[in-house]
Amino acid sequence: MEHYFSIFIAAMLINNVILSQFLGICPFLGVSKKMSTAVGMSGAVLFVIVMSCMVTYPVWRLLNRFNLNYMRTIIFILLIATLVQLVEIILRKMMPSLYKALGVYLPLITTNCAVLGTTIKAAEGGFSLLESIVYSLGVSCGFFLAIVIMAGIRERLDNNKDIPKAFQGMPITLITAGLMAIAFFGFGG
Amino acid sequence: MLMLGMCPTLAVTSRAGNGLGMGLSTTVVLIFSNACISMLRKVIPKGVRIPAYIVIAASFVTVIDLVMQAWFRGLYQALGVYIPLIVVNCIILGRAEAYAKDHAVLLSVFDGIGMGLGFTAGLTLISILREIAGCGTVFGFDFNKRFFDGRYTPVSIFTMAPGAFFVLAFLCAFIRCKKGNSKGTGSFACMNTDCGKCRRCKGKQ
Repeated sequence: MEHYFSIFIAAMLINNVILSQFLGICPFLGVSKKMSTAVGMSGAVLFVIVMSCMVTYPVWRLLNRFNLNYMRTIIFILLIATLVQLVEIILRKMMPSLYKALGVYLPLITTNCAVLGTTIKAAEGGFSLLESIVYSLGVSCGFFLAIVIMAGIRERLDNNKDIPKAFQGMPITLITAGLMAIAFFGFGG
Repeated sequence: MLMLGMCPTLAVTSRAGNGLGMGLSTTVVLIFSNACISMLRKVIPKGVRIPAYIVIAASFVTVIDLVMQAWFRGLYQALGVYIPLIVVNCIILGRAEAYAKDHAVLLSVFDGIGMGLGFTAGLTLISILREIAGCGTVFGFDFNKRFFDGRYTPVSIFTMAPGAFFVLAFLCAFIRCKKGNSKGTGSFACMNTDCGKCRRCKGKQ
C-alpha cells in the first residue's frame, strides 16, 4: 500500500508532468485561460491517460515477449489515437452529459505528449499493471493540479494593468509557470 | 516559430549540445515525413489523414531512435523519452497539415528543411543561454575559466526546470519588444495562430 502511495505522490508532486517533466505544455499554456476549460481539459486528460496506460500495458508485455521493443512508438501512438476515437464514440452514445463536458477536448489529447510520455515511461519503468495505473493516476492528478492553479492565477493576471507591455500575455504566463516550477521544486527536497 | 513544439523546447535545452541534437533530429524527421506525406498526398483519404500522418511520422521517429541508439549513445541517453515524443511535436503535424498535404515533394522537402533549421536555431539559442547562465560553459567550452578566471558563480537554477520557463519568457518578451508590436502582432499573435492551427488540425479529426 505504501509503495503505491509513494508512486502516486512522486508522480503527482515531485515529478509533476508539466512543471518538471515538461510534458503537455501546449494544453497547459493553451487552455489555462479560464478555469472551466482548464477543469474540462484535465478531466479528459485524466480519463485518457489512465485508460491508455491500462491498454498499453498488455501490449507492451506482448512486444517484450517478441523482442519488438523498438516498435513501441508507432504502436503506442496508434493505440492512443484509436482509444481516443473509441472513447469519444462511446461517450457520445452512452453518456451524453459527460461527452458534453469533455467532448471538445478529446480530439486534442491524441497529440498531447503527456499521454504518450506517460505510457512510455510506465512501460520503461517496468511497472506492474496496478503500479502503472497508480502512476498514471498520479500523473494526471499532477496535470490537473498544475493547470488549475495556473488558470486561477491567469484569471487574476488579466485584470492587472501594471505588467510591462512586452511582458503581457505569453511572457508573463511563462514567468508564472517558472515560479510555480520553483515552488514544485520544493517537493523534491 | 518558438511557440510550436514547446515541450522539447523546454525539456531538453539544459545543454547546448542537447538542444542542437534535438533540433537536428526533429529536422530530419520533419524533412522525411514532409516528403513522404506529399508523395502520398493523393493516396491518403481525407477522413483518416491525421492518423496516417502520425503513423508516417512515428516510423521516421523510430528510425531516428534506432540510429541515435547505435551512433550517438550519449545524446540518446540525455534526450531519453523526448525522442519518441518527437511524434507528437506540433511542428510535424502542423507542417503536414498546413503545407505538405497540398504541395509537391521537392517544395515540401525544402519547407521541412527551413522549418526544421528554424526550430533548431531556436532550440540552440535557448540552450546556449541556459548553459551560459547555468554552468558558465557553451558546448562544454568553459567560458567561466577562460574569461572570468572562474569568478562567475553559475546560477544552477537555469539548468533546471524553472530556468527554462524564465529564459523562454524573456526571449519572448525580447522578440515582442524588437518587433515594436502593438497589441495583437508579434510572437504572441504567432503563438495564438500557430497553436490554434495545431489545435484546429487536431479538432478536424
